[in-house]
Amino acid sequence: MTEDAASSKLELTVSDEIMIQLINVHKWYGQFHVLKDIDLTVHKGERIVICGPSGSGKSTLIRCLNRLEEHQRGQIIVDSVELTGDLKHIEKIRREVGMVFQHFNLFPHLTVLENCTLAPIWVRKMPKREAEEVAMQYLERVKIPEQAGKFPGQLSGGQQQRVAIARSLCMSPKIMLFDEPTSALDPEMIKEVLDVMVELAGSGMTMLCVTHEMGFAKTVANRVIFMDGGEIIEQNQPEEFFNNPQSERTKLFLSQILSH
Amino acid sequence: MNPANQTYEPGTHPDLPPPSSAVGAIAWMRQHLFSGPWNTILTLLAAYLLILVIPPIIRWVFVDANLSGDTREACTSGGACWVFIKVRFAQFMYGFYPIEERWRVDLTFIVFFAVLIPMMFERMPGRKWLTVFLLFIFPIIAFFLLYGGSFGLAVVETPKWGGLMLTLVIAVIGIVASLPIGVVLALGRRSNMPIVRTICVIFIEFWRGVPLITVLFMASVMFPLFMPEGANFDKLLRALIGVMLFSAAYMAEVIRGGLQAIPKGQYEAAEAMGLGYWRVMGLVILPQALKMVIPGIVNTFIGLFKDTTLVLIIGLFDFLGIVQAAATDPKWLGYSVEGYVFCAFVYWVFCFSMSRYSMYLERKLDTGHAR
Ligand SMILES: Nc1ncnc2c1ncn2[C@@H]1O[C@H](COP(=O)(O)OP(=O)(O)OP(=O)(O)O)[C@@H](O)[C@H]1O
Ligand SMILES: [Mg+2]
Repeated sequence: MTEDAASSKLELTVSDEIMIQLINVHKWYGQFHVLKDIDLTVHKGERIVICGPSGSGKSTLIRCLNRLEEHQRGQIIVDSVELTGDLKHIEKIRREVGMVFQHFNLFPHLTVLENCTLAPIWVRKMPKREAEEVAMQYLERVKIPEQAGKFPGQLSGGQQQRVAIARSLCMSPKIMLFDEPTSALDPEMIKEVLDVMVELAGSGMTMLCVTHEMGFAKTVANRVIFMDGGEIIEQNQPEEFFNNPQSERTKLFLSQILSH
Repeated sequence: MNPANQTYEPGTHPDLPPPSSAVGAIAWMRQHLFSGPWNTILTLLAAYLLILVIPPIIRWVFVDANLSGDTREACTSGGACWVFIKVRFAQFMYGFYPIEERWRVDLTFIVFFAVLIPMMFERMPGRKWLTVFLLFIFPIIAFFLLYGGSFGLAVVETPKWGGLMLTLVIAVIGIVASLPIGVVLALGRRSNMPIVRTICVIFIEFWRGVPLITVLFMASVMFPLFMPEGANFDKLLRALIGVMLFSAAYMAEVIRGGLQAIPKGQYEAAEAMGLGYWRVMGLVILPQALKMVIPGIVNTFIGLFKDTTLVLIIGLFDFLGIVQAAATDPKWLGYSVEGYVFCAFVYWVFCFSMSRYSMYLERKLDTGHAR
């Protein structure tokens, strides 16, 4: 999908500062053990791609990072704040963590611009004018400033997903989470969204992205994580990961996903 | 696909205007009224029935109707006797509100409608302030105007209130109060907190489970039994609270239906931005949920408006009550049909306006398909 981008592999330095730390995290849905002993450290500026078969717990993992799902055991520390039941902590973390969903989840009753200014105005207490200026900057960055006055229902899927990315960026987050941002899109729209994400990665944003776009992983990621059955089976730099997978399950998964 | 049938070379097809299915009234009639023998028969039958029914009604209401004069002796032509309505009109509007004080009622409703009507339409500058005025300041003004007791206005006790004025007072207060109470109850019923949820469920199911008549009876007969000796609680106020809570319970269920229809992703997106519970609800969920259930909300409003007639049974003379009372007056015996027709017409005007406004709102708030 991103052949042209693949030629220019991103070379970015990763700082030592730790942005996210998961220590022995477990999670259950009822009796079902979804996340098993997850240990993960993410440094500032890292671009991590998470892949794995359906039902392996990828969404659950990144949704735990901003408490859309609750973990039952272990510690999750985001931006030096530990996620507990404390609402203050949760809201503090959510302010710094942007999230982009598979189905965009734009607010249909608000215009594109209002979607983008909602959180800055109400959470960051930014004056409306300033929030609108910031929003227009980000809409330009995702290349749809001319759609600012429209409602989400009037846009194509690719445009909606770019609005969703702009909406998250308007909060100037320190971390961006993506949960299969392109899998609800038609093939011709995938590229326009990936281009925005590649550009974002180039700006040094810390990103965690669940995706099956292996071209994107190769270009952008500095680490690829493979999950299966609620565990992190393998993690490595993209070259190593794709050319020299260690576990059998990873090999099987890669052979399946690359065969289409 | 036969290329020989194509009018244009592939790739060169211009944009054509859509086919006009109906050109002129004749085409429309042929299409909608006479499209086949069965439809033609139905159309003719319906037309025959209309010819049978409409002219006598028009004759009764307009042609043969009597409007001049002041007594029943003036009604001679066999049509409707609107003299009855004319003579009793003031009473139908104000009940037993003292004649010299009726300007206060007029003023209250003039202010009310003068603010309400501009407020209802989009692109009205300062709409927000009109709404604030109507919700927070106007009720105080209205109370002092209608009830009096200060600013040199004589007190008019609520038993003297009546007619259309009383109906509107009950309906407007019921409508305005039931919506926010309903929202709170609906949110409470979906809350994660078991205590809040239980309280809301019990409250809603209690009020939905008893007929309004029972509620009104309890409010007027039973309630005072539990009150300390001498504590006099206004009867109208008691009825109002009953009507309010009763319709709030219905409203809560209508709104809950809307809340349930909002996809989970909307909550998640709003929460992921760092919005707290009340902002998620107020800015993202409720605007969508309420919009979705406008027809149900207005339906409840209309039901409430008509149910105000039940206050008759606890001795309050609302619009219908006072018309009915007037029709039993020996001076006008036999003209109750005119009274009821007039009454029905007035109720219809109010209810139909509400229904039209809800259609306008739905159109205005339509922002294309979600997703
Ligand atoms: N709310 C829930 N209640 C119970 N089980 C759930 C819930 N959400 C997810 N699961 C289960 O947890 C497991 C992991 O789900 P998750 O959505 O994290 O998978 P995933 O790796 O994102 O899969 P996909 O690639 O299909 O999105 C699945 O087996 C799923 O059925
Ligand atoms: Mg998933």
